[in-house]
Amino acid sequence: MGNLIVDGKRTDGRGILDLRPLKLEVGSIKNAAGSAYIEHGKNKIYVAVYGPKDSHRYGTSMEKAVIRCRYHMSPFSTDERKSPQPSRREIEISKVIRDALESSLILDEFPKTLLDIYVEVLQSDGGSRSASISAASIALADAGIPMKDLVEAVAVGKVDGTLVVDLSDKEDKEGEVDLPIAFMLNENMITLLQMDGKMTVEEFKEAVKMAMEAAKKIKEKQKEALGKKYFEKVDEK
Amino acid sequence: MMPKKGPIISNLRRDQILKSLKEGKHIDGRDLLDQRSIMIVPGIIEKAEGSAMVKLGDTHVIAGVKVGLSTPFPDTPNEGILIVNAEVLPTASEYQEPGPPDEDSIELARVVDRGIRESKMVDFSKLVIEPGKQVYTVFVDISVLGMDGNLFDASSYAAVVALMTASFNTYKLVDGIPVKTDDKIAMPISDLGVSLTFARIGDTIALDPTWEEESIMDARLTAVYDSEGRLCAMQKGGSGGLKIDDVFQIVDVGKAKYLDIRKKIVEAIENAKSGS
Repeated sequence: MGNLIVDGKRTDGRGILDLRPLKLEVGSIKNAAGSAYIEHGKNKIYVAVYGPKDSHRYGTSMEKAVIRCRYHMSPFSTDERKSPQPSRREIEISKVIRDALESSLILDEFPKTLLDIYVEVLQSDGGSRSASISAASIALADAGIPMKDLVEAVAVGKVDGTLVVDLSDKEDKEGEVDLPIAFMLNENMITLLQMDGKMTVEEFKEAVKMAMEAAKKIKEKQKEALGKKYFEKVDEK
Repeated sequence: MMPKKGPIISNLRRDQILKSLKEGKHIDGRDLLDQRSIMIVPGIIEKAEGSAMVKLGDTHVIAGVKVGLSTPFPDTPNEGILIVNAEVLPTASEYQEPGPPDEDSIELARVVDRGIRESKMVDFSKLVIEPGKQVYTVFVDISVLGMDGNLFDASSYAAVVALMTASFNTYKLVDGIPVKTDDKIAMPISDLGVSLTFARIGDTIALDPTWEEESIMDARLTAVYDSEGRLCAMQKGGSGGLKIDDVFQIVDVGKAKYLDIRKKIVEAIENAKSGS
């Protein structure tokens, strides 16, 4: 307590509203229907989307495409080697990522199909689930899945009693609160919300508003990344 | 993905439920922001260090606490360990098959775990035998016997009551080997986290959804409050989103309601103590 924010600066030199360096790229995996790569802080994450593919498997729906999502961390992605077997944490995160993305997608155009989202965390830092969502959303756009809006996610937290945007690994571990949120900004909608740690209801509302502002910045980067693949070459001509 | 493990709701029934919600009532006649009746029975398993049965409407859950020994995690050498596990038993409904916990059970266990951990209800610093070498591990195992929706709250109350009523024999180290003593101590409890789960069904926000309501809901939000009404854990679920204003309404309603539930939990524990 008391050493994570000094003179309004965080341990990595950021102000309380600043995002870590963020790089997004679309189309990074050739075979996939849609793909994306994100670097957010030290996070390095690939997302590949396959499908919608016809399937007569048990579990498909007559009404819409069924989404499957796997969030997986490479064994070398953490300080201590992570067992390649999916942990309970990874299973839960796979589920909440799927939920966060599903509400943005228009899936009833693809009945009896499966849509697979594979998230591979090559290097993990604080906020890997949020980064995964921001990247997966543009991978889905790249795959041409119709959607209501892009989804972007960021973690807000409380560190030394102060609300800060985009927690680093250190702030996540040593801070008081971790609150990852995903938005569909056009719809004023929250599609992922989790929280660990204590804050008042008023602080919570303030944190949501801060996250929303950060999400707007991420959305710009998402659009930029998509634009780079789909529009830049046209512009050059 | 596995198909949904729940009843298929006919369109007629769905319309009925939606109509009822529009008129401000759950399908079972409750007001939207009322909880079903809760029955809490602590101490039903003699062999467990702590236990509780909770019935929330027809949702039927048992939590048991066992205490074991282990070496502490390297990053927390001065703290005991909490392990929460949940299983929806095949007794719970005709849709449930036996097998290892699926993603729903894992999410359930992890959300209950977060509520316990983040409300700081157990003082883990008091569960140490020798720092860095030997600590107590508190296992909370949740068995869902009957399913009628809102497993999150029912499981959370059961786990909380089982922990609050738990006591266990201490160990001491003799020549580095742990030996069980006759001293019994109560689980070191310093707070109480109260979980409240809301569903969004269409445009309606409802507390404590039944299984039928969950089967047609768009999204769900669980919020856990500590004794002072601070939020200490949250989890959104379901494939739909939640309007930001809905989220703000939910946290406000939760803050107005959590004390009622807290009172019920404390009363159940006191009644059980005076009864024995």
